Amino acid sequence: MSMEKSTGRRAFEWFEARLPIVSFIDNAVGSKYPAPKNLNYFWNFGSLAGFMLVTMILTGIFLAMNYVAHKDMAFDSVERIMRDVNFGWLIRYMHANGASFFFIVVYVHIFRGLYYGSYKAPREVLWWMGLLIFLAMMATAFMGYVLPWGQMSFWGATVITNLFSAIPLVGDSIVTLLWGGFSVDNPTLNRFFSLHYLLPFVIVGLVFLHIWALHLPGSNNPTGIEAAPADKIPFHPYYTVKDAFGLGVFLLFYFAAVFFAPNMLGDPLNYVAANPLVTPEHIVPEWYYLPFYAILRAIPDKLLGVVAMFGAILILFVVPWLDTSRVRSANFRPVYRILFWLFIINGLILGWCGSQLPEGLPLILGRVTTFYYFFFFLVLMPVVGWMETPKPLPASIGTPVLKAAE
Amino acid sequence: MKKIILAATAALAIAQAPAAFAAESGHPLMEQKWTFDGALGKFDRLQLQRGLQIYREVCASCHSLKYIAFRHLEALGYNEEQLKALALEYEYPDIDDEGSDITRKGTPADHFPNPYPNEKFARASNNGQLPPDLSLMTKAREGGPNYLYSLLLGYEDAPAGVTVGDGMHYNKYFSGGQIGMAKQINEDAVTFADGTKATEPQMAQDITAFLTWTAEPKMEIRRSTGFRVMIYMFIFTLLAYFLKRRIWARLEK
Repeated sequence: MSMEKSTGRRAFEWFEARLPIVSFIDNAVGSKYPAPKNLNYFWNFGSLAGFMLVTMILTGIFLAMNYVAHKDMAFDSVERIMRDVNFGWLIRYMHANGASFFFIVVYVHIFRGLYYGSYKAPREVLWWMGLLIFLAMMATAFMGYVLPWGQMSFWGATVITNLFSAIPLVGDSIVTLLWGGFSVDNPTLNRFFSLHYLLPFVIVGLVFLHIWALHLPGSNNPTGIEAAPADKIPFHPYYTVKDAFGLGVFLLFYFAAVFFAPNMLGDPLNYVAANPLVTPEHIVPEWYYLPFYAILRAIPDKLLGVVAMFGAILILFVVPWLDTSRVRSANFRPVYRILFWLFIINGLILGWCGSQLPEGLPLILGRVTTFYYFFFFLVLMPVVGWMETPKPLPASIGTPVLKAAE
Repeated sequence: MKKIILAATAALAIAQAPAAFAAESGHPLMEQKWTFDGALGKFDRLQLQRGLQIYREVCASCHSLKYIAFRHLEALGYNEEQLKALALEYEYPDIDDEGSDITRKGTPADHFPNPYPNEKFARASNNGQLPPDLSLMTKAREGGPNYLYSLLLGYEDAPAGVTVGDGMHYNKYFSGGQIGMAKQINEDAVTFADGTKATEPQMAQDITAFLTWTAEPKMEIRRSTGFRVMIYMFIFTLLAYFLKRRIWARLEK
């Protein structure tokens, strides 16, 4: 083999010396990023979330080329995309279902962080950046759902923006500012479109901060103990190939929805154009907001309901300090583990309550589950972490744990 | 791997489960077998043509179909000449080169015209009710095609104790039970060009199939594309799985 460098190699090194972008990527998600060797498939969901963000931005750019942000034309322009734009139906169904699948992936990602204690020191700021992404996603998705200007778009926007009127003194002014007038109307649609296009790029910025914050301590792992250098393997090729496999599995589900059940997660009423004079019998938000919607409606007072709803998300920011346990992974916490799974089931029930009319059983169940939601964070997390005797931790990640990664 | 394939198949099966919703009225719908059911179901061209005939001869006097242009009907099996001839049967208000109001003949690029000049006129002509546009009907109602089919045949005498409003009609599948539209699907209301006997269930099926096509005209290409995408993704996933095993096998050495 010749020791002489090829021209291509020299050109590459010339460029790398001036802008080391390839090394940057290699350090971030390549062969220079050592990751614990025992990560299980729950760790796939971070890269899946990144994939969905890119998918949403790309499909969104092409939709925006054909969408008209005007109250008299928005609905028609969406139908034109569905009928006359080349593969418009595909782009729109990928975008609409993509929102749901993005949330599925992100909820699993948050679930994984909670279960394995990935928020605990020294990863608190990493956790915060993730929560900021989650908040920005919720705002983006809400405004995106308004854009087709169907009945559910219009009335969902009316209900959700009205929540801000509960804020004392300045509430009404805030709502007027959000609306750009005195009801949900054309100015609302215009500013929502503008913000819906802006916020995804804010999310991209937050993702960079999220990954930056990840690389200082490195990835957590299912045991929750610090991984010794000997127990780490390069992200590339080991986790790139594992993520590729995970992506394939994920896409099977995503494409099954896009091509064979594209309206399964949507509301039929959003195929009726917005009509300010006809209020739907039952206004429900998209499924990914339902648990929080249930919390809002579980509380009889409007202001307190809004506080509880936002509090349900904001409380996640202080979870690193609410959890008093010395052990990260719930695998080694026999009591907490049960309470945690109860919390997940509780969240699913909350979601169901959010989809029902707030009366009878759904209302009572909504109140019980809202109570458990906050009880879990405010009481169980600190108290159990303090009282519980964790199972003995392994001395190192070692070989036996590798099997769990398969 | 097996588990994942099983899960994916199960998810597909769930996604394909027929929407057995009771309509908002709470009455279970009359579930029909449709040629477009299932993951790879297709429209029956002749049925769509019969449905178009019903739309033109029965529905079009009150209902618009604004998202459908004559050129779209090529998907029903008509050729360009037939579509041009069809469009010529319609007239549209326009202005000529001097700016004077005229009416002109339709072209394949024109959409089905609205039978009413505006909403107020439509309401005034229909006892205060507004006949909705039909383009998206099967996607805009819980239960979809089965709901529409049931609604069209769901007219019956009001049960004792129910007072039907003036100019309203009792239909148990309609939310609230009272609908502005009178029963329109009557035996032999149309004479089908293809000789099919125009029974009530036949007509209700044909118009529902047609309106399912108007709501989702790209359904067939979506499904056939999806079928190929799924095969591609299965192979990709399988290859990625074996590659992953092979690369991770290095660690065990």
